[in-house]
Amino acid sequence: MSFVEEVAATHGGENICACIQCGICTGSCPTAGEMEYPPRKIIALIRAGMRGEVLSSSSMWHCLSCYMCTLRCPRDVRPAELAHALKSLASRYNYRIKGTRAPAIYHSFVSSMINNGRVHELGMILRYYLTTNPLVALKIFPVGLKLLLRRRMPLRPHKTSGRRSLARMVKKFREIRGSH
Amino acid sequence: MKRYAYYPGCSTESTAIGLGLSIKAVAGPLGIELEELEDWTCCGSVQYGSLDELEAILVATRNLALAEKKGLDLVTPCSSCFITLTSAGLQLRKNHLLMSQVNEALAVANLEYHGNVPVRHLTEVLASDVTTEVIASNVKYRLNGLKVAPYYGCQLVRPDYGFDDPDFPRSLDRLVESLGAEAIPFPLKSRCCGGTLVIPEEDMALGLIRKLLDNALENGAQCITTPCPLCQINLDAYQSRVNNKFKTHYNLPVLFITQLIGLALGIDAVSLGLNTNIVSPGRVLDDILGAGQEASHGA
Repeated sequence: MSFVEEVAATHGGENICACIQCGICTGSCPTAGEMEYPPRKIIALIRAGMRGEVLSSSSMWHCLSCYMCTLRCPRDVRPAELAHALKSLASRYNYRIKGTRAPAIYHSFVSSMINNGRVHELGMILRYYLTTNPLVALKIFPVGLKLLLRRRMPLRPHKTSGRRSLARMVKKFREIRGSH
Repeated sequence: MKRYAYYPGCSTESTAIGLGLSIKAVAGPLGIELEELEDWTCCGSVQYGSLDELEAILVATRNLALAEKKGLDLVTPCSSCFITLTSAGLQLRKNHLLMSQVNEALAVANLEYHGNVPVRHLTEVLASDVTTEVIASNVKYRLNGLKVAPYYGCQLVRPDYGFDDPDFPRSLDRLVESLGAEAIPFPLKSRCCGGTLVIPEEDMALGLIRKLLDNALENGAQCITTPCPLCQINLDAYQSRVNNKFKTHYNLPVLFITQLIGLALGIDAVSLGLNTNIVSPGRVLDDILGAGQEASHGA
């Protein structure tokens, strides 16, 4: 399967072949300036089969999911959903992403959610800084302290009993997909 | 009383506790009954969908299955939960294989989902079901003269799930106006605040937040209002970080729309969680209380 076919077979990437390279996605993107490959360019790279360059890139990790590109795309390519699909593929094949720590916050979020049933922000943030750079935490400590003092950063997670049924479902789903 | 199944979302118990509290405080007076889903779990948000796009649909659907048992519309106040739950429902209706796999997995928790839950954002419920006329008729203290920037953020209106214009929405403006306040023109009303990337990419996000604060102020805003938990924390808690970085002096209160509605309904500040806001909404409160006293003197 070619790379463009792989992307088109991934949920969120279905419409990639409809792209006419008009560039309205890049023009609408608030973070295009931060990206090595802004949306229009990354679509061109995918269609050129440059799998490694695309999946190891930090570009789609700068997507804020503001959906301005998806709203404006005249061909219904849904570039925001495409960015999710690319991150998902990069995660599945364990690409190491350089140039942004965004993947670490995503992993911290999901692990907090699975452990507690609901996201525990303080736990998520602590795990994020421990796995990236604990020194950076000092910089935003004043923000965290204000949130803590105003009851917006509970120390203990709210562990819902739903977390157990959630974990069972996820395990079963992985078995089902593994057997297909 | 109109009844709804209620999905609060994780942040209403923590970083956006002011949202959770103020919703509970205004629901009764506005004639809506929110039945919280028992044992709900995190919707997964964009984060889960960016690590595993199909498993993300499963974890969101657990909550849809809980709601389907109630047979009520599912209401959430969180913009990110709103699009995650809506999108999961839409995908399952299109993809029958995925629907059967998801149901096979739900079955281990004695749950099932048939695809029949309408997911609605609280803002839409307030604007369309409760209606601005009913809100206006319940107002005790009209917020006359208060200039409010209505900030929608992204995921309330995009991708387009059809309840408001995705570029220049009006529903929040109408809610603000129903309280007697002025919804100022705010061209960046549906532009991004930086979302969760404020943590790993703070410099980038602070630039976006600054543009929003600047745009609100240059149009005369005395405060900003938003329904979105993430937008609120970025504009409120990171305002001091913007001031540090850009040597600016922003001091613009950011209230949840339900806090603003609650004030106009005459509900006390603590019940609305206003003491959990970082930038003090004191100035807004003073204006309102002052006006309230004048009104009672007049009577």
